[in-house]
Amino acid sequence: MSAFLLVALAAQAAGAVLGFLLARSRPEWAARAAAGGAALGAVAGLLPTTAVVLTGEAVSLRLPWSLVAGEFPIDFHLAVDPLSAVFLLAILPLSALTSLYGVESLSSHAGHGGSRSQGAAHLFFNLLVAAMVLVVTARNAVLFLLAWEVMALSSFFLIAYDHEREEVREAGRIYLLATHLGTAFLFVLFAVLGGCARSYDFDDFAALGGLSSGLAGALFLLAVVGFGSKAGLVPFHVWLPHAYPAAPSHVSALLSGAMSKTGIYGLCRILLFLGPPGGWWGYVLLGLGLASALVGVLFALAQQDLKRLLAYSSVENLGLVAMGLGLGLLGRSAGLPVLAALGFAAALVHCVNHAFMKGLLFLGAGAVVSATGTRRLDRLGGLLQRMPWTGALFCLGAAAMAGIPPLNGFVSEWLLLSALFEAALRHPIIPAFVCLVGVPGLAAVAGLAAACFAKGFGIAFCGQARGEAAAGARECGPGMRRPMVVLAGACATLGLLPWLGVGLVFPAVAQLEAAPGLSSDWLSPALAQLRAVGLLLTVLLAALVGLVALRKRLLAGRDVREAGTWGCGFTLPTPRMQYSGSSFSRPLGLLTRVVLGLRSRSTPPVGYFPSQAAFASSTTDLAEARLYTPLFAWVGRRVEALRWLQQGRIQLYLLYIFVTLVALLLWQAIA
Amino acid sequence: MILFLTLVYQCALLLVVSPLLLGIIARTKARFAGRVGPPLLQPYWDLLRLLGKGAVYSRTTTWLFRAGPMVSLAALFTAGLLVPFGGLQAPLGFSGDLLLFIGLLALSRFATVLAALDTGSSFEGMGASREVTFAALAEPTLAVSLLVLAKGAGHLSLSGILGASLVQAWAEAGPALALVAAGLGICFLTENCRMPVDDPTTHLELTMIHEVMVLDHSGPDFAFILHGAAMKLMVLGAVLVRLVLPVEGVPAGQAAFLTGLVVLAVAVGVLESALARLRLLFIPQFLVAAAVLAAFGVVIVLR
Repeated sequence: MSAFLLVALAAQAAGAVLGFLLARSRPEWAARAAAGGAALGAVAGLLPTTAVVLTGEAVSLRLPWSLVAGEFPIDFHLAVDPLSAVFLLAILPLSALTSLYGVESLSSHAGHGGSRSQGAAHLFFNLLVAAMVLVVTARNAVLFLLAWEVMALSSFFLIAYDHEREEVREAGRIYLLATHLGTAFLFVLFAVLGGCARSYDFDDFAALGGLSSGLAGALFLLAVVGFGSKAGLVPFHVWLPHAYPAAPSHVSALLSGAMSKTGIYGLCRILLFLGPPGGWWGYVLLGLGLASALVGVLFALAQQDLKRLLAYSSVENLGLVAMGLGLGLLGRSAGLPVLAALGFAAALVHCVNHAFMKGLLFLGAGAVVSATGTRRLDRLGGLLQRMPWTGALFCLGAAAMAGIPPLNGFVSEWLLLSALFEAALRHPIIPAFVCLVGVPGLAAVAGLAAACFAKGFGIAFCGQARGEAAAGARECGPGMRRPMVVLAGACATLGLLPWLGVGLVFPAVAQLEAAPGLSSDWLSPALAQLRAVGLLLTVLLAALVGLVALRKRLLAGRDVREAGTWGCGFTLPTPRMQYSGSSFSRPLGLLTRVVLGLRSRSTPPVGYFPSQAAFASSTTDLAEARLYTPLFAWVGRRVEALRWLQQGRIQLYLLYIFVTLVALLLWQAIA
Repeated sequence: MILFLTLVYQCALLLVVSPLLLGIIARTKARFAGRVGPPLLQPYWDLLRLLGKGAVYSRTTTWLFRAGPMVSLAALFTAGLLVPFGGLQAPLGFSGDLLLFIGLLALSRFATVLAALDTGSSFEGMGASREVTFAALAEPTLAVSLLVLAKGAGHLSLSGILGASLVQAWAEAGPALALVAAGLGICFLTENCRMPVDDPTTHLELTMIHEVMVLDHSGPDFAFILHGAAMKLMVLGAVLVRLVLPVEGVPAGQAAFLTGLVVLAVAVGVLESALARLRLLFIPQFLVAAAVLAAFGVVIVLR
């Protein structure tokens, strides 16, 4: 079984190379080769993944590798255990679908037709997928960090794909900086773990056991910062609203749906090494998660750019995942296995669900961008009439994201809320925090998310076109439509069969509980309840079908007319008079303007015949404006003196490397 | 068998009796204004008339607009089957159903909001914006109130928390339940778009929230919306009435429950006659007050 992993990696690599080489001579073939490699790789990877999910037993592969880190030998050690399998379930299907979508969307990518840059897109896309697969299957710290770095760099090149535009270059710079700062924490983390275990193999890390609680706590914090910055938890999220919108949409879908999850995966993996969790760990993740969820959804609600809205919504959703992990840790440290199982299940199920629904929404946004050439909500409108497929699919994704039954977003929200209620009802110490902060916080997030996606979908797709671009929009081709249909089908299936998601993550939950085999009892009440939810959703659908039939019968043969929208007596409405995105979110924006840094400028109409009036509003990211900008300005001033080291000549940098090497060898000889 | 009888009984109440509550409210308000008022059964005649009509659709709208009222009504009906009516076991209740209850209410609202936005009317957009704003503010209160009740009863089902243990709970944690009842009362008024949050009578005014979202619906679609509003009144009212009037035993409990619903409808009518609608700016404060009441309930339960 494990050989299929190598097949998967090889298929990705072949797709990458073929895509790159053929891009110049035969662009269509190049795109198909790259997508074919990604799809083949996904199928090959899904075979061992499915086997692991079904049997609950890990599959591993160990090859000798002539690489040595310090005194420890490094093996090329890959494995798929239940935890890896959950993340592969998100990464593999999404990568295949986004890659197939990319065949059509990249070729219609307006204004960037250089065939060489398309070759680079194919190369880095498949490289990114391969690196992500390697990240979640690597069982050696050095291999893991190598894959992590390949993932970071290939995603950087994809984000900077449209590098002719200034804001894209800026986004790329911010991302590169953020990811490397995060990785620095991971280097320390793995170096300390390696020093303790006298090896870099994950199996030896897992066997560590006896870390002192102080050291384990410090390592936990390193992991939260390092992996949290990849997942986009507040306040390490600032790169994300720049990077996701800048990338081509099928890349955004992959970054948000799959790459951000590798941060969660890393955190889960490290938790397996650190032994019994400290009592405060859960609070850290619960608090960070709730803060991310609230901040993310508030900023998402305030955005006027469709893809930025989706990017901030990723901050929200990864926050919900962190809340689930936090509740799981609280359950473990307090000896409440049911709470732990519910919390971990909520986190992992939401990882899978979010991959599908956010993938769908970014692909839908990509279809909108390629049809209209704009991401601004106040230029869109009326797209549901012009792009019925994309519109209906986006509507489904938006409802799923808003946590509305009968879709998959509701299932993970249900699990998270039951974990919170379970904590409130059974936990000996934490109820005050959970009851007074957690439950109302999550309820507010759910309400705000509904508002946010009512806006995102409603303003872009409903009503009338607000501009020329939206008025002339055409439905996207079948190559872009089919991947969206598959993702929407996954969202609906996981929602209508609510227990399915829990079934998929079941072995992984047992692994995180550090008590395999016992947990079937802990999750069975939740599974029984989710079966009941599924039954009720059938009742809901039956009632709906009944109403549809009733309405059809009632209206048959009657006078059904079309007219203009009722304007309350006003007879000449224009599309510009519709409620806009900023007016829709303004009441909530004003209530939370302290957090949002909401600023608005307006030139009000004057006189009986006003010649012009204007209104503009914008938000400021607090973490960026108050924390990072001053910090980096300060660092910049301090290191000014070292500027002469940077000459931008490659020979000089080679010299630096050589000198460092010699110095290290000398040090080794003396020591 | 008992469960089947409850199912029939509850369906009958939801489908047939719920519009009567609207009639009682209208009659009460008319009496307060010194008018005779419409007959109590007027909502039924309205529904029948609307169901018998054709429909007019805006050219801007799509399938979404047509689906909105049906989805909303189906969600409210399903939610109604989860709520225990006066101490009876809810026909389709299960452990954990209160989370689904919150979700179904959200589904009904989401469908209405999207249908409103589909018309492209600025009025309906305004209503939709206000609806989601106030819903986001009311949702924490609803969740925390249900949490207090769940913590008191040790259950996660509506039938459990509103079941026989409620009498005991009033004896043990009366003040907490009173606070929760007050918070839920405000939620009830907000969700049903009643005074002082929303004014259901001022047609075609900028001040409305819910009514303005359904301006473009006509014929059977509007009948579904009207019936949905009546059902929502009954479903949320059922929670509130049972919480305040937990009477034991089936005949006595049902009598108390039905009387309670009528009294609630009259109370809503009185409230609407006596109060003016709050200014929009003050509604968030009103809703935050509700959340604070519920939060104090939590503090008392935790001690």
